[in-house]
Amino acid sequence: MAFLRSPHAHARIGRVDLASARAMPGVVTCVTAADLRDTVRPLRAASRMTGYHATDLLPLAADKVRYQGEPVVAVVAESRYVAEDAVDAIAVEWSPLPPVPDARAAMAAESPLVHEEFGTNVILTRAFRHGDVDPALAGAALVVRERFRFRRHAALPIENRAALAAWNADGLTLWSSTQVPGMVRDALAESLAVPGHRIRVVAPDVGGGFGLKSSVYAEEIAVAALARRVGRPVKWIGDRREDLLASTQAWDEEIDATLALDGHGTIRGLRASVLADVGAYSIVPWTASIEVIQVISFLPGPYRVPAYLGEGAGVATNKAPMGPYRGVGRPVATFVMESLLDRAARRLGLDPREIRRRNFITEFPWRSPSGIVWDSGSFAETLDEAARLADWDGVRAAQSLRGDATRRLGVGVASYVELTGIGSAIPASPGADIATGTEGATVRVDPTGTVTASFGLACHGQGHETTLAQVVADTLGARLDDVRVVHGDTSAGPIGTGTYASRSAVLGGGAAILASRSVREKALAIAAHQLEADARDIELQESAAWVRGAPDRRVSLREIARSAYLGARRLPKGLEPGLEATRYYDPFFGTASSATHIAVVEVDLALGAVTVLRHVVVEDCGRVINPRIVEGQTIGGVAQGIGGALLEELVYDDQAQLATGSLMDYLPPTAWEIPPIVVRHLDRPSPSTIGGFKGVGEGGTIGAPAAIANAVSDALGSLGVEIAELPVTPDRIFRLLASRAPRTG
Amino acid sequence: MPEPVSISLTVNGIAREGRCEPRKLLVDFIREDLELTGTHVGCEHGICGACTVIVNGEAARSCLMLAVQAEGAEILTIEGLAKDGKFHPLQEAFRQHHGLQCGFCTPGMLLTALDFLRVNPHPTELEIREGIAAVLCRCTGYQGIVKAVDAAAKELGRTTG
Ligand code: FES
Ligand code: FES
Repeated sequence: MAFLRSPHAHARIGRVDLASARAMPGVVTCVTAADLRDTVRPLRAASRMTGYHATDLLPLAADKVRYQGEPVVAVVAESRYVAEDAVDAIAVEWSPLPPVPDARAAMAAESPLVHEEFGTNVILTRAFRHGDVDPALAGAALVVRERFRFRRHAALPIENRAALAAWNADGLTLWSSTQVPGMVRDALAESLAVPGHRIRVVAPDVGGGFGLKSSVYAEEIAVAALARRVGRPVKWIGDRREDLLASTQAWDEEIDATLALDGHGTIRGLRASVLADVGAYSIVPWTASIEVIQVISFLPGPYRVPAYLGEGAGVATNKAPMGPYRGVGRPVATFVMESLLDRAARRLGLDPREIRRRNFITEFPWRSPSGIVWDSGSFAETLDEAARLADWDGVRAAQSLRGDATRRLGVGVASYVELTGIGSAIPASPGADIATGTEGATVRVDPTGTVTASFGLACHGQGHETTLAQVVADTLGARLDDVRVVHGDTSAGPIGTGTYASRSAVLGGGAAILASRSVREKALAIAAHQLEADARDIELQESAAWVRGAPDRRVSLREIARSAYLGARRLPKGLEPGLEATRYYDPFFGTASSATHIAVVEVDLALGAVTVLRHVVVEDCGRVINPRIVEGQTIGGVAQGIGGALLEELVYDDQAQLATGSLMDYLPPTAWEIPPIVVRHLDRPSPSTIGGFKGVGEGGTIGAPAAIANAVSDALGSLGVEIAELPVTPDRIFRLLASRAPRTG
Repeated sequence: MPEPVSISLTVNGIAREGRCEPRKLLVDFIREDLELTGTHVGCEHGICGACTVIVNGEAARSCLMLAVQAEGAEILTIEGLAKDGKFHPLQEAFRQHHGLQCGFCTPGMLLTALDFLRVNPHPTELEIREGIAAVLCRCTGYQGIVKAVDAAAKELGRTTG
């Protein structure tokens, strides 16, 4: 299948002439929105937020297009080559409308409207208030103010999105490159009016996601609807251009922020107003709020902020919709807060480390100004250890030796705290009605003694097959090799939504522990019966059970399992047959992961180029299940943060046309741009989650941009340059330097 | 539409034949006609390197070649790297050093590294970074891959004298 996608950012769709496309050999069908109107219902991301406007998610645009790349016609053909030929043969009469190219323009009274029916482009607003911020600002010894800008980014998994739908008498199977098979199943049930138990969504071996694959997409609905219509399997494999044009995009915000401090550098108050360019639609199921609300939620960071006002607005424009990307809001929030603190430290003549130490939260649990509960945190410890590993003092000494060289050294720090393993108390998307707070696990020992642990999660590179198997093996007392983890298939496991928001170790791991404990308890009871001992005297490890102190009175897990299924004859009186358990886990508030990042950079004044020389992360992600996997997640996240800080930007022109539609223009880092990254874990079990796990999937991307921005500001401090916009490309550095240079002639 | 043409070539040491349109990309031919789906597609414009295979001894981007250009060629795809059920030292090193997460870039990365080590059997860390910069990985931050290529270079140097 291939799509005809809108070449315009904003236009009315007139007559669509499909005749020649339909007549081409090898073309099975061509359809527009009108052809699907009776069989596909629009989806909407609901939310209880006041002043929020939901938009329709349809497989194909009806009446008007609202971003370049929006699907308009779907063509099913014998091959993608033929389908693309057919797309070229379709004639559409477009009536272009004036586009809304960015959030500021969208706010103007005379702006065209992306959705006329709302009467405004502002589709959501939200504020967090704590204490009285005005007097705090008015009476402060020091007030620092800045307008920050974080440009639009792409998550860019190397595997593009893809979906394949096949129907049979039993219903629909959709294979999709998604992080959230459970959410996709629920969405398809609604949009196609098919009972949920007739839909199976499978997400095998997904090639990276980073949040981009955690929303429900038009193309998934389109393949399912078209496969039903033509009575054959239909496959769509997105190409990179489609990915850059029509996958969710991220982090596009402008933040006006003011930080007030006393003469010692103690924070008195913080005020911020965030303007987010949320693109053309409010994505399903997260809503358009997901990024902007996380920015205002997390802005106060790991610091005591006695008075806070954070206001956010999400504004519709004619761009691809904004969605979650690794870190969601927190890379932006951390960039803003950490930049403000460094500015304050410079004005006060304080060491950047010292100003942070003076403000870190030290008592737990701590309720943040936006209502988040931090259960724990190792803020000062991560800072001190990171400074030591990065040789902070050595960099300072080298800086003074270099003096005014054209290649300036800089060192920058960023500390953050993030909410991970979010439970039902604080939904991952505020106000939205999605079950992000629970996850299940089924642990089953079969009669051969091997263990299958199945989850509603959907791994796409995080190594769940390893870490969750470790958790099950350890808790149950089975050999690691005997445990198989199954995930990413809605018909193979318990109900769950998927993998996103640094939740899988906490929620999946917690559910795995609960289920494994139940199975273990039953296995112990059966073993005790077989060995004629008391269950309290039985050891169960490495798939074998024995009587403590009498290791040759033993049975294998296999023998235990056989008895479990043979039934009453072999079981203790009253024990139900079978050896499996399904348990669900809700960590309620979630838990707090934290870290400090330190970047050491070199800025070449002649080229405007920034090179990251080294990057250090010291993190507290709770109990570490597998250090190598945590390290891999962190380093991968840092690399994305480096890309976000220095290289990557989705550029739209003033007609809202994407100017970076290929990998020749959108530049993720290669191995060459990434320095050696040092990662240290503090093993501090979470006080509030089962297993003590905290999530770690996103942290690398949260801290890196802020640390790099601060390092560049540090390098250029003597030239009066402070970074307020990311990515800080050579072009931007060059302009900043030029604007500061004394005029000659 | 132009008539399909026949193509014969050797893939992983086995003589293969197929028929396809002259415009068909080599990567699509490998994946769809030869049913070797280990070769991946990430961009179709020559940047990501996911589609890298070895053509007549050198790494090549199979999304930038037409299948017809591979007539008579000898091609190594990822399916041919392990021998007799045993991983190639590069594969073993990727496993040991956590050189992959989602694994999507891995086939192209491995074949690029294979070609790189052929040309430069004793690389420095920076040379490895430069060598594998031909392939994009979005998951690993490259550190595990760099370590793996370094370890494989040492292992290959040891076993081949
Ligand atoms: S698919 Fe060939 S280089 Fe990207
Ligand atoms: S391992 Fe996922 S892209 Fe490299």
